Amino acid sequence: MAKKNNIPEVDIIVDEKAGVIREVEPDKKLRSKKGHERRVNGAIYAILILMSIIWLCPFVFLVLQSFRGESGGQVAYVIPKQWTLDNYAFLFQGVGFSLQTLVKDLPNIILTVITNVLGIWGMVAFLRRKPKNPIEKTKGNLKAAALVFGVLLLINFMRCVDSTNCDFVRWFMNTLTIALFCAVIQTVMVLSVSYTLSRMRFKGRKLIMNVVLVLGMFPGFLTMIVLYYLLKMFGLTQAGAVPGLILISCASSGMGYYISKGFFDTIPKSLDESARIDGATRFQVFLKIIMPMAKPIVIYTILMAFMGPWGDYVFASYVAFGHKASYNVAVGLYRWVNTNDYQGYFTRFCAGGVLVAIPITVLFMALQKYYVEGVTGGAVKG
Amino acid sequence: MNDLDFLRLSKPQKLLHKLKTAILGIPGKLLGSLKGLVMWFVNLFKGIGHFLADLVMTYVRGDWKTKISYTVMGFGSMARGQWLRGVMFFVFQTLFNMYLFMPILKISESREPLCGLNVVTLLANLGTVETAKKGRVTVYGDNSFLILLYGVLTLFLIVAFLYTWYVNVKQNKISEQILKSGKKLKTAKDDMASMLDSQFHKTLLAIPTAGVTMFTILPIIFMILVAFTNYDNQHQPPQKLFTWVGFENFQTLLSAESNDLGVDITDKGNGTVTLTITAKDGDIITVDTTDVAAAQAADALAVDSSAEFSFETIGTNAETGKDNYRLTFTGDAGEPVTLEATSWLYVSTPSFSHTFKQVLLWTLIWAFFATFLNYFLGMLVAIMINKKGIKFKKMWRTILVMTIAIPQFISLLYVSKMFAADGLINGMLMNWGWITEPLPFWTNANWARVTIIGINVWIGIPYLMLIATGILMNIPADLYESARIDGANAFQTYMKITLPYMLFVTGPYLLTSFTGNINNFNVIFLLSGGKPLGMDLAGNAGNTDLLITWLYKMTVTDSNYKLAAVMGILVFVVCAVINLVVYNFIPSVKNEEDFQ
Repeated sequence: MAKKNNIPEVDIIVDEKAGVIREVEPDKKLRSKKGHERRVNGAIYAILILMSIIWLCPFVFLVLQSFRGESGGQVAYVIPKQWTLDNYAFLFQGVGFSLQTLVKDLPNIILTVITNVLGIWGMVAFLRRKPKNPIEKTKGNLKAAALVFGVLLLINFMRCVDSTNCDFVRWFMNTLTIALFCAVIQTVMVLSVSYTLSRMRFKGRKLIMNVVLVLGMFPGFLTMIVLYYLLKMFGLTQAGAVPGLILISCASSGMGYYISKGFFDTIPKSLDESARIDGATRFQVFLKIIMPMAKPIVIYTILMAFMGPWGDYVFASYVAFGHKASYNVAVGLYRWVNTNDYQGYFTRFCAGGVLVAIPITVLFMALQKYYVEGVTGGAVKG
Repeated sequence: MNDLDFLRLSKPQKLLHKLKTAILGIPGKLLGSLKGLVMWFVNLFKGIGHFLADLVMTYVRGDWKTKISYTVMGFGSMARGQWLRGVMFFVFQTLFNMYLFMPILKISESREPLCGLNVVTLLANLGTVETAKKGRVTVYGDNSFLILLYGVLTLFLIVAFLYTWYVNVKQNKISEQILKSGKKLKTAKDDMASMLDSQFHKTLLAIPTAGVTMFTILPIIFMILVAFTNYDNQHQPPQKLFTWVGFENFQTLLSAESNDLGVDITDKGNGTVTLTITAKDGDIITVDTTDVAAAQAADALAVDSSAEFSFETIGTNAETGKDNYRLTFTGDAGEPVTLEATSWLYVSTPSFSHTFKQVLLWTLIWAFFATFLNYFLGMLVAIMINKKGIKFKKMWRTILVMTIAIPQFISLLYVSKMFAADGLINGMLMNWGWITEPLPFWTNANWARVTIIGINVWIGIPYLMLIATGILMNIPADLYESARIDGANAFQTYMKITLPYMLFVTGPYLLTSFTGNINNFNVIFLLSGGKPLGMDLAGNAGNTDLLITWLYKMTVTDSNYKLAAVMGILVFVVCAVINLVVYNFIPSVKNEEDFQ
């Protein structure tokens, strides 16, 4: 892009008589061309504005509907006649903050206070990237530690929220738990597989890649029933659906190595080799040389792993079948809106949707840059 | 024809020539692959021969430690001081033997627990003990599902054991060689260190491989096996057994239109007979008629393979309000027979093979549009946003990217409701007086299909816009500059520079996206759920069902696991064929594999 902008604003004229090409400042004769340009741009703006409206409308409607006071299902107008927060209140009905749990975990409370500060600072610092020097590196380690503490804090907080009587909060917590675990475990799995396949040459490497390619062509839901029975063997269905879902979505996650392998492929191999000559083990190369350089792809992997469970309906509903307490948000809200008497739950679905969408959207927008990098790289390299 | 001759040809001639060489090349390729296959088998047997010879020679030439290791795994390693490896081998062998010979697997209420070896023998017919009633108590028989599951698991373990046993033998051979050459063996400490260094790939891949084997490979093999059984809602464990049926399920789904017309007559009494006609496309049609003579004549006609059958509506019955039908049978065996009656009962049961064809066709149409429409529109949007002189580039992108950020189950469910008969769109259009009846977005088959493709554009453009933006920025600017100097207009630059470049670079993406769309469950399931249901479709399939959503319905709603398994295999075949064809014809896809 930068290259393009450097080209000076001149018009090029082919002087046929002299047989040369001349660059001249734009003059009046060429005004009409500029006018044409302006018309084209105008048309593009019109299209873009129209598109923006189409793209944003459903979300605006969703938010507006969530504040609607009139009962009933869908209505033929956009702006509610009666504004209310009842729909949101319904979502949190029956939720309490269990003081007992809090007191029982007194040592944890102290930790919570510290981690609260550390965690928020860590997250903020993590998102604002700065150039690196030795001091920054120590800070970076601190930040990483703070991030871990922040996650601990979140889990700690979740334990204190008593959601026994409140479906929505419970579903939200279930999904958050799954998402957090997936974000950690899947990332480790994906990175180790993609790093191995990208940097190391060993017997069976090609075989592994081909087997994964072939396995990937089988539709995922084919094996649903077997997975259900496998989980049942370990007691991880219905009431134990949350750990069950974590297990299932993490176990085979190594198969999605393509994008991060493509990224590792772009890191020059000479880096590894020079470190190896200096006496570093492969493990040290992986941890100290490659990982710091792979930050964009690490964040991309974490982001994808974290966002996945929020939309997981099919398998989640199959594993948690009939056990309301272990639904995730997708299953719960889908049930609300696809029952026969969905009219009563429509505005509540909207409110729930808004509450789920906000944190995910904010997170996604904050880390958008990494997502774009991952998607673009993945598309180019296949 | 050499290259120069080829370049002299005009475009259509070139195409013709390419086609000709491609077709003429087929026998050669086939022969080549046949040769390759034969060589592969020859090499395989050679390899097995070498392998066995090696095993025997290691035993004969080995010392006593090696010889004992053939029966007690890890003995050699322990005896030579490599206790860590030795203990691991030994523990594995002990655990495996325990699994194989200790009765721990409970597969039936009426049987004692079985050991792993016994379960493998039961695989032959997947259980024999039926569910029985003892007084008032129901005692469940063998659970075929568990037998199959444990059986496959045991086979996996046996393969793993054989491999480990082989590694154990090889270890001994290598150790002997090292000791003979006067070097020292690796100690346990060295082994631990090598886990993080020379053997680091094994450390990294251990858990992912175990996970994939247990939760992907094992289930897929299980389901492939289920495709050859009669496991469905009539044969559900633990109440009922299921067993092997060979290729029957494949026939159900794939049977070509049969040559014969089947006609069956059953007497209903009081002068009415029920005619059951199995049409050539597999549909089953049931008709009640009072014209017994004609029905019998039709039955007689249907014996030879040239017999044909057609039916048409002839007005409505004034009394019942139902349609009247005229059936016409023709054949070599006699004069054509026509059946007409005042009162008909007409029931059509569509065949699975017919439905499969319909669903597959729609799946391919859908995948085509979902891939290419999104691709070109997304590219167009990216070009518009990236055009020089357009401001707020970041804002436009951010607005579009919202659809990616918000979980699909929220956005798609809401949009699906928006288009419903009582939804916002229909409501507003009716309020404004533009329409009087709600538009049948989800109730008319073709409306639903178009709506789904349209909404998918809404979902898909942002992805493609992001991808295209990244690639467009990489196209060298001087290409455009020189095109401009040569007097090319915007359309020409697009056709000659942008499009070829994009197509080359995104070739692999298009391929994965196409197969991804064949398996695009979310969009169809959340938007229409496969509806509207079709009268001419079997197995609950709807008009917008993809193979994958139909598979889901078969599993969850119908418990028709056998056909679901067959369908899964067929989806795999479709994807594999598309992949193979594209890999062989698109250069960028092929070369991209080894771009390192």
